[in-house]
Amino acid sequence: MSFGKRPELTAPPEFFYNEDEARKYSQNSRMMEIQGEMAERAIELLELPEDESKLILDIGCGSGLSGAALEEAGHYWVGMDISDAMLNVARDREVEGDLILSDMGQGVPFRPGSFDGAISISALQWLCNADKRTHKPVQRLYRFFSSLYGVLDNGSRAVFQFYPADQGQTDLIMQQAKRAGFNGGLVIDFPESSKAKKYYLVLVVGGKSNPIMPQPLTNIHSNSVEYTERPQDRRRALAGGKTKSVKDWIQDKKDRRRRQGKDTKHDSKYTGRKRSSKF
Amino acid sequence: MKLFTHNMLTSKMIRNVQVGYPLKLCASEVKITPTDFRPGFLSKVIPKIDWTVLVEAVNSVGNTEPLPPALAEDYDKNDDFLRKAHHALFEIEIEVITGEMECPETGRKFPIQNGVPNMLVNEDEV
Repeated sequence: MSFGKRPELTAPPEFFYNEDEARKYSQNSRMMEIQGEMAERAIELLELPEDESKLILDIGCGSGLSGAALEEAGHYWVGMDISDAMLNVARDREVEGDLILSDMGQGVPFRPGSFDGAISISALQWLCNADKRTHKPVQRLYRFFSSLYGVLDNGSRAVFQFYPADQGQTDLIMQQAKRAGFNGGLVIDFPESSKAKKYYLVLVVGGKSNPIMPQPLTNIHSNSVEYTERPQDRRRALAGGKTKSVKDWIQDKKDRRRRQGKDTKHDSKYTGRKRSSKF
Repeated sequence: MKLFTHNMLTSKMIRNVQVGYPLKLCASEVKITPTDFRPGFLSKVIPKIDWTVLVEAVNSVGNTEPLPPALAEDYDKNDDFLRKAHHALFEIEIEVITGEMECPETGRKFPIQNGVPNMLVNEDEV
């Protein structure tokens, strides 16, 4: 994921996860470790009976990092993803699970009761975006959840690790999941830490309307991923910590525009000067 | 794509499609990849499988031993049967570049590219 900006605001997922981005998911060890840990936690939250192989659907399987965690836990999986490039990486890694190219917002294309559970790592927040003129987040979320409800066995669970942009998104997602018939709620791991904090949406097919949720993790154990501090303002730090004056800033900006061949007003003694109070 | 996945896939996301199952499989080339035989897991998967559809799928790709036409009653204890089912479900892989699946109701085609079925539909189809 790129720093700073939320990736779902930059481009639709099938374009954002291109060859370059996909390569990171097989080479960047920090990224792979975090994805793997989140997948392990999601599998734990499925609370499947021990020592039994199950059929799990991996939604937004990407390059198959979460699939590797499923294989390790002894489960068989089928993965769906909208990015061709990510699926290519998965295929090159010769994952055990089967892959299909599909858009979760168009529904989950399987027969009723196919799976014993579903996991999804860092994918759900993409559904809250309208990337095409015809996209309606509410409609796409509902279509996704209602079709997912159908393909899961009674009593099974779906666990989503996701990055909500704000409370509104979380509410929207919960509303549509409940409307589709799911019970369940949020498990927030490490709620005190702004960096290690992780949101897991745990949905249950059938059962009580207010099921007992698994306990969130609170202590950051020693083997968790180390995060390094990012400088607050990288550009200022690069400029040697000095703040530019307004005049310099405007001049720099005009020079930049000229270099780019854009239409720019000529420089004069008035450039970057305050307007007089009479103006 | 393994035949197990074909057995589970539908085209129900297309508007006005009622069942969307089974998808008609058109593929001539297959690759056999040996995978671990797990009888315990398999006997739990088999009840989810539409056996008739699987038999037809195996016949359509040809090139391999046909399956028993009906599900054996004692399938969970019948090792020979389980091995055949395992082979059909998890070892036969559709690897072709030109393969496709077809929605039984609308005739919409889903291409299989490099072994990955493309189930994306246009926005006006959902």
